[in-house]
Amino acid sequence: MSQQDTADLASVKDERLKEAPLILRLMRRPELGAVMGLVIVTVFFIVVANSTMFEFSGIMNFLAPAAQLGILAIGASLLMVGGEFDLSVGSMVAFTGLIFAACVVTIGLPLPVAILLTLAFAAAMGLMNGQIVIHTGLPSFIVTLAFLFILRGLSLVGLKWATGGSTQLRGVREAATQTPLDSFFYEIFAGDAFEGLFTWLAANDLIAKFPNGQPKVTGIPVEIIWFALIAALAAWVLTRTRYGNWIFAAGGDANAARNSGVPVRRVKTSLFMITAGCAALVAILTVLDSGSTDARRGFQKEFEAIIAAVIGGCLLTGGYGSAIGAAIGAIIFGMVLIGLTYTTIDQDWYLVFLGAMLLMAVFFNNIIRKRVTGER
Amino acid sequence: MASSSHTPLVEMRDIEKHFGSVIALSGVSVTVNAGEVHCLLGDNGAGKSTFIKTMAGVFRPTGGQMLIDGKPVAFSGPRDALDAGIATVYQDLAMIPLMSVTRNFFMGREPVKGIWPFRHVDFDFCDRVTREEMKRIGIDVRDPGQAVGTLSGGERQCVAISRAVYFGAKVLILDEPTSALGVRQTSMVLKYIDMVRKRGLGVVFITHNVRHAMAVGNRFTVLNRGKTLGTATRGEITAEELQNMMAGGRELAELSDELGGTV
Ligand SMILES: Nc1ncnc2c1ncn2[C@@H]1O[C@H](COP(=O)(O)OP(=O)(O)OP(=O)(O)O)[C@@H](O)[C@H]1O
Ligand SMILES: [Mg+2]
Repeated sequence: MSQQDTADLASVKDERLKEAPLILRLMRRPELGAVMGLVIVTVFFIVVANSTMFEFSGIMNFLAPAAQLGILAIGASLLMVGGEFDLSVGSMVAFTGLIFAACVVTIGLPLPVAILLTLAFAAAMGLMNGQIVIHTGLPSFIVTLAFLFILRGLSLVGLKWATGGSTQLRGVREAATQTPLDSFFYEIFAGDAFEGLFTWLAANDLIAKFPNGQPKVTGIPVEIIWFALIAALAAWVLTRTRYGNWIFAAGGDANAARNSGVPVRRVKTSLFMITAGCAALVAILTVLDSGSTDARRGFQKEFEAIIAAVIGGCLLTGGYGSAIGAAIGAIIFGMVLIGLTYTTIDQDWYLVFLGAMLLMAVFFNNIIRKRVTGER
Repeated sequence: MASSSHTPLVEMRDIEKHFGSVIALSGVSVTVNAGEVHCLLGDNGAGKSTFIKTMAGVFRPTGGQMLIDGKPVAFSGPRDALDAGIATVYQDLAMIPLMSVTRNFFMGREPVKGIWPFRHVDFDFCDRVTREEMKRIGIDVRDPGQAVGTLSGGERQCVAISRAVYFGAKVLILDEPTSALGVRQTSMVLKYIDMVRKRGLGVVFITHNVRHAMAVGNRFTVLNRGKTLGTATRGEITAEELQNMMAGGRELAELSDELGGTV
């Protein structure tokens, strides 16, 4: 093309286009709302709560439940960015918990085999969810709502069947630590991490310890490590990889994505599998932690996970959101749930907080989206 | 400019397309040469979109033949057409408003670097290319991270076209690229179409607007109720005659006069 053409076109350009200011670029980050929420909640508890809440042991106290929810929320956020919902994750935790406990206790499989089987089973369930949504064209909301009930019911039936009438299956810990191999995997999925380091730190007076020399905090609960690793991995995948770009594209406009060569069906199906896999991981972690499983495990966690994802900046319409945001959303949850016990405030305010936070987040996200996309 | 002695980039012969009992196309023939803009005109429901979707591999023709560089082909999907160098910018542009310009530009064809499992999209490269390509067409995207939703309609159209060109299209199909645009934005898009033509691509330009067609077109084919009414070369036909053909022979002289004066 000639120089003339370029010059001509340049004169047609919109002269109102100006450099995006830093503030707008910050606002463009989907997790902005979650960060602000975290700051507000932290300040609130620093002011109101007993100061022990923000000691190391206190932080571990609220991060542990935050981590369990967070793993679910990260899965939910990826799926939401991909334009779908999964309302069955809570029931999936119960059902995969049952599968896992039955593998370990009833069948007596070695722990690593049981873990693999549980994850594979969850992936298969996710595959089924995804295939039903894709092939029927029904909203994932409805399909997974059906599985919310189906899986919860199956958990009850299955538990009674596995235990001969009870809705609780005990003895997981004992059955899961019988061989050295089992114990090795048990360490990865249960208890605390970095215990040696903490003992060493205590011995050298670097952290608080009891009079007998034991550190007050014996290590970092493994679920927190899992949570951090999964959050980092999900954030990297979503923002840096090709698959991540496909997730945004599939959720933003499936048709446009397909026309551009994005394998939308495969992306969505894999997201259902990831979400179910996250549920299975939470099931494994919590079942090993408590040593038993019951049919109420994961009850209503699907809603909390979606709320955390929304607080984290996910749009209900898909195509926009953040895994880190969802992780922060989950931390806010944990902080409020546990933080209230460090105050004189009635714990049941937690539910009020939950609803209010959701409403605020959705409201805030809508404003942000309009600003970011220049929606006219 | 292309001469008729060359093999056409794409030749569509007697294409038919039936949707059940609906006959959307009943024998449409069009050729696309390198370095030429072939305008496809016709009233609503004439079959323009159906025709180009057949060309783009979205529909399989019920009858007729398709040749690329003189060789017969049968596409089994849009991917095949893309691989053969036929890129389509649909009316919906296939762009995602919530995603950044860069992410849209490279959607589905992200360049990656690093070895698995550390393989990731080379976003520095993507941003640079996007900025350069936008600059080339006179859109100064200082921040390729801005969402496509913030671009104007004409800018979006240009991004969609330049994406197709960047990824090596030989034939570019544009479905009503100017239909939703104002005068200024339209001239931006038409100038860009002209630039693309000068690079040696074949362009199929669908429009309702005879003025827009006359501005850039080398040849004009009018479709009516699934049939070709004829193909005319630039200079052989006036805007008025085209307008009348589009209306299916009905006398619309006074209307086209009016249009000729204002559009
Ligand atoms: N998938 C389909 N199933 C059945 N009929 C169809 C389908 N697609 C198009 N048609 C019919 O084929 C005919 C041609 O439609 P087409 O969309 O190609 O027209 P067009 O020339 O692009 O019109 P417009 O200018 O409004 O875009 C119409 O009568 C339409 O109803
Ligand atoms: Mg059309």
